Amino acid sequence: MLAALAHLGPLLAQTASFKAPHLDYYALLPEIVLTGVIVLILLLDLVTDEPNKIIVTNLAGVGVLATLVPIVLLATYHHHPRSMLGGAYVVDNFALLLKGLFLATGYVVLLMGANYIEEGDYYEGEFSFLLLSSLLGMVVMASARDLITIFVALELLSIPAYMLAGWRKRDLKSNEASLKYYLLGVLSSAIMLYGMSLIFGATGTTVLAGISETLSASAKVTPLATIGIFFIIVGFAFKVSAVPFHSWAPDTYEGAPTPVTAFLSVGSKTAGFVALFQLIYVGFIHQNRVWGPLFWVLAALTMTVGNLVALRQTNIVRMLAYSSIAQAGYILVPFAVVGSNGKAIAEAQTASMVYLMIYAAMNLGAFAIVIAVARRTRSGEISSYAGLFSYAPGLTVLMTVFLFALAGIPPLGGWFAKFLIFQSALSAGTPAAIVLAVIAGVNSVIALFYYSAIAKEMWMNPVPEGESIAPIRVPASLGAALGITAVVVVAIGVVPQVFARLGDLARIH
Amino acid sequence: MNFDHWALSAAIFLPLVGAVLVALWPKSDETSQKSIALITTVATAAVGGYLLLHFNYDHTDKLQFAVNRSWIDVINSRYHVAIDGISVPLLMLSMLITVLCVIYSWDHFPEPHNPKAFLVLMLILETGMNGTFCAQDLILFFVFFELVLLPMYFMIGVWGGANRQYAAIKFFLFTLFGSALMILSFLALYFKAGNTFDMVELAKQSSTLAHGTQLLIFGGLFMGFAIKVPMFPFHTWLPDAHTEAPTVGSVILAAVLLKLGTYGFIRIAIPILPEAAKSWAPWIGGLAVIGIIYGAFGCLAQTDLKRLIAFSSVAHMGFVMLGISTLTSFGINAAVFGMVAHGLITGMLFFLAGSIHERFHTRELSRLGGLLVQAPRMGWILGFCAMASLGLPGLAGFWGEFPAILSAFRPAPGLNEGLFRAYMVIASVGTVLAAGYLLWMFQRTAFGVPKDEFADAHIHDLHTPEYVAWVPMLLLIIALGVAPAIIFRVSDGAVQMVANAVKAVGA
Repeated sequence: MLAALAHLGPLLAQTASFKAPHLDYYALLPEIVLTGVIVLILLLDLVTDEPNKIIVTNLAGVGVLATLVPIVLLATYHHHPRSMLGGAYVVDNFALLLKGLFLATGYVVLLMGANYIEEGDYYEGEFSFLLLSSLLGMVVMASARDLITIFVALELLSIPAYMLAGWRKRDLKSNEASLKYYLLGVLSSAIMLYGMSLIFGATGTTVLAGISETLSASAKVTPLATIGIFFIIVGFAFKVSAVPFHSWAPDTYEGAPTPVTAFLSVGSKTAGFVALFQLIYVGFIHQNRVWGPLFWVLAALTMTVGNLVALRQTNIVRMLAYSSIAQAGYILVPFAVVGSNGKAIAEAQTASMVYLMIYAAMNLGAFAIVIAVARRTRSGEISSYAGLFSYAPGLTVLMTVFLFALAGIPPLGGWFAKFLIFQSALSAGTPAAIVLAVIAGVNSVIALFYYSAIAKEMWMNPVPEGESIAPIRVPASLGAALGITAVVVVAIGVVPQVFARLGDLARIH
Repeated sequence: MNFDHWALSAAIFLPLVGAVLVALWPKSDETSQKSIALITTVATAAVGGYLLLHFNYDHTDKLQFAVNRSWIDVINSRYHVAIDGISVPLLMLSMLITVLCVIYSWDHFPEPHNPKAFLVLMLILETGMNGTFCAQDLILFFVFFELVLLPMYFMIGVWGGANRQYAAIKFFLFTLFGSALMILSFLALYFKAGNTFDMVELAKQSSTLAHGTQLLIFGGLFMGFAIKVPMFPFHTWLPDAHTEAPTVGSVILAAVLLKLGTYGFIRIAIPILPEAAKSWAPWIGGLAVIGIIYGAFGCLAQTDLKRLIAFSSVAHMGFVMLGISTLTSFGINAAVFGMVAHGLITGMLFFLAGSIHERFHTRELSRLGGLLVQAPRMGWILGFCAMASLGLPGLAGFWGEFPAILSAFRPAPGLNEGLFRAYMVIASVGTVLAAGYLLWMFQRTAFGVPKDEFADAHIHDLHTPEYVAWVPMLLLIIALGVAPAIIFRVSDGAVQMVANAVKAVGA
C-alpha cells in the first residue's frame, strides 16, 4: 500500500509539470453553446411526454439561433484570427462564415423537419439531438486545420447522419438508405484515414500549416505524399458525392426522410468541401500538380454524369440528388483550374465559397417545396406535380424560383454562382481551364432541360384525373423555411455584392 | 436631385413594381389587376415621354440620363444605365408595345385565362426589355437580356397553342445556349481588355487585343445575338415559338425581343470589336441574305397564317442584319429604322392573326377567305399592314428595307464591294418575293367570298380594345413612312459613332 503510494509521488510530480494547452474560450463559445443546447435537449427529451415533444424541437431551434450570437460577435467585434492548439484549431473569417452557414442550414432543416417528423410519428427529441450533434461536427470542421481534428469533425458530423438517414424506421427504402450511406461513409473514412497516415509519415506532423511547410521544402513531391494526397481527396470525393464516387447519393437521398436529405445534400456536402478547402488551400497548396488534374477529371465527370443521369429521373428527390451531384461538379471547377498563382487562388476560393452559400439557399428551398407538396400528394413522382399551378400557385412560383435559380437563370441567385465559376476558369486562362469552362457551359444548358421539365409539369400540364385540387396547407415552420430561402435566393440574384463580399472576406490562408 | 437621375431607373423598374402589386392582389379581383397593369405600363410610358422631352437631340451620340453606381464591386460590374440615339427608338417601342398589349388583352385573355399571372409575366418582360436597352454594363445587360427568357417561356408554354410545350422549351434552350457563349465572351473581354465590364470603357480599350482573340470573342457574341435575332441557320426556334405563342406573346416577341439581338450587335459587338466585325461582316451579310431568301420561300410554303408571318420575320430581320453588316452609318441607320418598323408592322400582323384566329378558330389559309366581306375594317387593316410589310414607299417598312439594300452598294472601306453588291442584288430579289407572299396571303384571307363553313357565321368586326390598341400603331406606321427623319434624326448621331469606330481601324 505504501509502496504504491511511493510510486504515486513521481507520477503526481509529472502531472504538475503538464501544462494544459491554452484554450481561447471566447473563440470556442459557439461550440460550447451548441454543446450545452445538445445536452439540454437530451435531458428535456427525457422528461417531456409524447404530445409535448414539440418543445424539444423548439428548444433546438432557439439553441441554433443562440449559437449564432457568439459567431456574430466574433465576426464583428473581434475578427482577427484566433489560433489555438498549435494551429490545429483556428477561428478566422473563413471559419466564422462557414459556421454561420452551417447553423443557418441547420435552422432551416429544423423548420422543414418539425412537422414532418411529428406527423410521421418518428422520434422527435432524438431527431433534434442527432441533427444538432451533426451540426456540431460541421461547426468544428470549419475551424479544423489539422488532420486529426478534421477526421474527428468528419466522424462527428457523419455518424448522426447515418442514423438520421434511416429515420423512417418502418420503411425498407429508408433502412437501405441508412445502410448504404453508412457502409460507403465508413469506406471513404478508411481510405481518407489511410491517406492521412501516409501524409503524416511523409511530413511528421498533422497540422496543415506544418504539412505545407514540410512538403514545399523539398522541390519534388515524394511518391508517398502523392499517394497520400490522392487517397485523402478520394475520401472526400465520396463525401461531396463526386462522380465516380457518387453511387450512394441517389439511393440515400431517396430513402432518407426528405428534411434529412436536404440536410445531407447541403450541410454534409458543404462540410466535405470545407475540409477540401482547408486541405488543399492550406495543407497541399504547393502540390497543385498532383491535385489539379485530379480535380479537373472529377469536376468534368461530376458535372456531366450528374446532369445526364438527372435527365432520366422520374422521382423528384432522385432528380434533385443528381442535380446536387452536378452542382458539386461546378463547385469543383475552381479547384481544378486554380494553379499556383496567388490571385487565381483568391478568386477560386471566392467562387467556390459564394457557390456554396447560394447552393445552400436554393437547394434547401427546393427540398422544402418537395416536403410541402408531398404532404398532400404523398408522392415523389415528378408526374404528381402536374397542374400544381392551378391549385397551389404560391408553391409553384416558389418552386419555379428555386429550380431556375439552380439552373442559373438571371436574376435568380444561381446565375452569380455560375458566373463566378466561369470567371475563375477564364481568369486562369489555360487551355485546360477554358475547356472546363466550356464543359460547364454546355452542362448548364443540359441542366435547364430537367429543371424546366418540372416547371413544365407544374405550369403547363393538367391535374391528373382523380387528384384533389384543394389548396395545400403549409405549416408555419415550413412556410418560414420557404420564406427564408426564397428571399435569400432572390436577394443574391439582384444584389450579389453582399454575398460576394462575404466570400471575399472569408478567404483561407 | 432632379428626376433626370431617376428617370431611367423608373422606366426599368416601374413595371416590376406593378408586377409585384398584381401578384399580391387577390386573385378574384381581375378588374383591379388589369387596371394596375395598365396604370403601370402607362406610367412607364409617361416616363418615356419625359425622356423624349428632355433628351438632347443635338448630341444623340452622348449617353444621356446616365446613372453609374456601384453594383457588384467584386467583379467590377456597375449599375450603369444610360440612353443614346440608338437606344431611344427601341426603348420607346418597347414601352408603347407593352401598353398596347395590356389594352389588347383587356377582355380576351387566352386560355387558361388567369389574367393575374399573364399580366405579371408581361410586366416582368417589360422590365427586362427596357433594362436591356438602357444597360451600359455587360453584366447588367446580360441579366436583363436573360430576364426576358422566363416570362416568355411561361407565356408560350402555358397560354400557347397545341404544341406549346415543345415550342417553349425550344425557345428557351436555343437562347440559353447562345447566352452561355455570350457570357463567356463577356468574361474574355473582361480579362483580355482591361478588367471592366463597362461598354464605353471596353470600346476604348479593346483595340489592344490580338486579332485572333477578337475574332473568337466576336464569335461568342455572334452566337448569343444571332440566335436571338434569329439569323439563318439559328432561326428554327422562331416559327415554332411564334406559332404557338399567344397573340400578345407573339407581338412582344416579334416587336421587341428579336431586337435585343440586333441591338446587341450595334451596341456591343461592333463598337467594342470593330476589327473583328470587319472580318465577320461578309459572313454576317451572307447569312443575312440567305435569311432573306430562305424566309421568303419559307413563307410561300406555309399554310398557317401565323407561321407565314413568323417566316416573314426571318426575312425582315435579314434586311436589318444586312444593313448592320455593311458597317456603314447608312446601313446601321437603316437597321435601327428597320427594327422599329418591323416591330410595329409585324407586331400589327400578329395582332391581326390573333384576332382572326379568335373569330374563325383557325389560321389555315385554305379555310380563310372573304375577310373584307365579313369584317371589312379588319380586312383593310390587314391589307394596309401587308403593304407596309412589303416595303411600300410612304409607309414605315420602306425606310427599313430600301436603305438597307442601298447601303450594301457601298459597304465600309475594307469590305469586299463586289460581294456586298451581290448581296444587294439578292436582297432586292427578296423584296419581290416579299411582295409575292404578302399579297398572296392577303388575297387568300381577305378577298373572295367566305368559305362555306363560315358563310353563316357571325363575324364581329373590330372590338373597342382592338381599336385602341391598333390605331396608335397604324398612325405610327404612316407617320414614320412620311417623315422618316423622326427616327433618323435621333439615331444618326449615335450610329455615326459606331461607324467611326469601324472606320478608325483602317481599311
